[in-house]
Amino acid sequence: MAELPDAATCYTLLARMALIRRFEEEAGRQYQRAKAGGFLHLGIGEEATIVGTASVMREEDFLIGTYRTHGHAIARGTEPKRVMAELFGKVDGTSGGRGGSMHIFDAEKRFMGGYGIVGGNLPIAAGLALGSQYKGEDAVTVCMFGDGASNTGNFGETMNLAALWKLPVFFLVENNLYGMGTAVERHSAQTDLSKKAEGYGISGTRVDGMDVLAVREGVAEGLRLAREEQRPTLLEAFTYRYRGHSAADPEVYREREEVEEWQGKDPIETFARRCFDAGVLGEREVQQVRDEAEATVKAAVEFAEASPEPPLATMYESLYARTEAEGWYAVDERSPEPHRGEREDEIPAAAHELAEAGAAYAEEPTGERPNPATHGDAQEGTEPRVDAAYEGGGEPEEVRAEGED
Amino acid sequence: MAELRMREALRDAMAEEMRADESVFVIGEDVAVFQGAFKVTEGLLDEFGERRVRDTPISENTIVGIGVGAAMNGLRPVVELMTVNFSLLALDQIVNHAAAIPYMFNGQARVPMVIRMPGGGGHQLGPTHSHSFEALFLQVPGLLVACPSTPADGKALLKAAIRDPNPVVFIEHESLYGTRGEVPEGDGEPLRFGEAAVRREGSDVTIVGVLKMAQVAEKAAEQLASDHGVAAEVIDPRTLRPLDLDTILASVRKTNRAVIVEEGWPHGGVGANLATLITEQAFDYLDAPVQRVTGADVHMPYSKRLEQAAIPHEEHVVSAALATLQGAP
Repeated sequence: MAELPDAATCYTLLARMALIRRFEEEAGRQYQRAKAGGFLHLGIGEEATIVGTASVMREEDFLIGTYRTHGHAIARGTEPKRVMAELFGKVDGTSGGRGGSMHIFDAEKRFMGGYGIVGGNLPIAAGLALGSQYKGEDAVTVCMFGDGASNTGNFGETMNLAALWKLPVFFLVENNLYGMGTAVERHSAQTDLSKKAEGYGISGTRVDGMDVLAVREGVAEGLRLAREEQRPTLLEAFTYRYRGHSAADPEVYREREEVEEWQGKDPIETFARRCFDAGVLGEREVQQVRDEAEATVKAAVEFAEASPEPPLATMYESLYARTEAEGWYAVDERSPEPHRGEREDEIPAAAHELAEAGAAYAEEPTGERPNPATHGDAQEGTEPRVDAAYEGGGEPEEVRAEGED
Repeated sequence: MAELRMREALRDAMAEEMRADESVFVIGEDVAVFQGAFKVTEGLLDEFGERRVRDTPISENTIVGIGVGAAMNGLRPVVELMTVNFSLLALDQIVNHAAAIPYMFNGQARVPMVIRMPGGGGHQLGPTHSHSFEALFLQVPGLLVACPSTPADGKALLKAAIRDPNPVVFIEHESLYGTRGEVPEGDGEPLRFGEAAVRREGSDVTIVGVLKMAQVAEKAAEQLASDHGVAAEVIDPRTLRPLDLDTILASVRKTNRAVIVEEGWPHGGVGANLATLITEQAFDYLDAPVQRVTGADVHMPYSKRLEQAAIPHEEHVVSAALATLQGAP
């Protein structure tokens, strides 16, 4: 078992994990309130893997992840309120409300994204690493992805190139045992994912992803190999998401007992107890961690609520980096009157009115969120509902069509 | 001025930009030791070495994705996809990543990269190796699309593409690599994206030709003049995004007739799009429906006779132009 670090480090690790836990719980609640839209993938249960990894990275290192990365951005130092504002689709969100939950990004903190396409971030990680190598910089790129991504073509292609070019990249597969609802042994012929890149010249090891200190050790060694020996490696962290794949997941593929078993190994509780037993952190500090998380997340929700909607006139902003080039970049086809392309940076009056009319469909939602996975399927009388127990707090949400009960 | 082949002009563009900017590098399948499947990267490895001219494995999606990541980290990659056809294997990185990242991350990241890809039919390469995907990439917001038809444009546009802060899909035509033309040395006249070229002036009908079809349109215009006494104006848009619609509309307002020629498929094609824009913006000036000349709506057949029948030629363009003039005084 890894040694406990100094008290300040222990406090920071515990505080970060508790903050992410509380943030995710609240994100789930705000999703049920329909304040956050789209899909919502929560990392509850995976905090030790996330925080353990980020905590041993240098400031100049890059982190790139998947569509389950609210916590990863926060672990890198992104303000939780800006992540929450992004979930709310507001102008102060990390992507100004253009990315949403699956596409969090913070260039300043070198959190290089949240990506919605499974495996899509792997080649980009290799490219970021190539950039550092090319410029003679020390930065290592940490690429995190799920067990499901290990089946994509990008996995093989990227592992091969990373090994071939000795890129300063470190791969971490967050094995939470399911690719959406398909268990590892049903989606991967090689269930020891740490071995899966060996044929490409990338050696791997496994680590308990519920133990923040074990993750730190494993990642620190991977970073060292990448930085000092130009050896990309793969670390498989066993972890578990207590909630469904997304908030729209009825979880028919796993037993309640399995979830409870993993909750017994909870990364935050386990670490807090260890720090307490060793006398490194007292009851007061543990309580302080909880209180701080609570206050930060409460403030994040207030901030997100208060943040303005993105103005309609900014629809085309950032689509292109503008240069002196003339011509039609984008065509606004929402108005019947003859109109210009995006270069004019103006919306004709008629088009603006129509845009306003369209935006009106985004009016404040009321009541419970329908299940997006069954959206459009529901017959009258079988509208999916959200289990009321969830609002009571703490329990995994259950979203079921009534007919299944 | 020097007379160069298209492939040499493109190579010079890359070499000059690489000399001027250390962050520019070239990657792709067989671009280094083999010097390019079409010899466009000839000599680059010798001059710039393995660090800046990199052979890759056959992994199209990852080649483009590596370019995306390197571009996000401050480099200016020139990625060669061996042919347009293989870009289908990289569509996820091109559409979901290169094109989307600047917008979905609200301008926090830029993707200044060029993705070069030669395509087109005419070499009996059959259904999987003869594609024209100008329309496919034109459809994607966030991409710039270039389709040069002369060596001078090829060089000037590739230099502009490498310097541009946006992801550029740079479509070349395999049949044009050997064509010769006068090319300015060094930087020459700067050429910006979104500037069409009027290849021939005329007052009777406007013919817009894309990529290789710009040359076919010029030949058709000669035939129209000599055989039919028709003065056709020929426009090569050179870039499809941004599009120099002003030049096209000014011409249509003068001639009152338009023919659009492309090698790709008709449904949802460049011509379908442009015809709509012309109809929306210059309806009152049109004396005849806009005509499209496109490749046949089939997978490119191997048989030389069938293949040639499926590709637009001068005769098709002449016939379409005359159709717009039917009944004209």
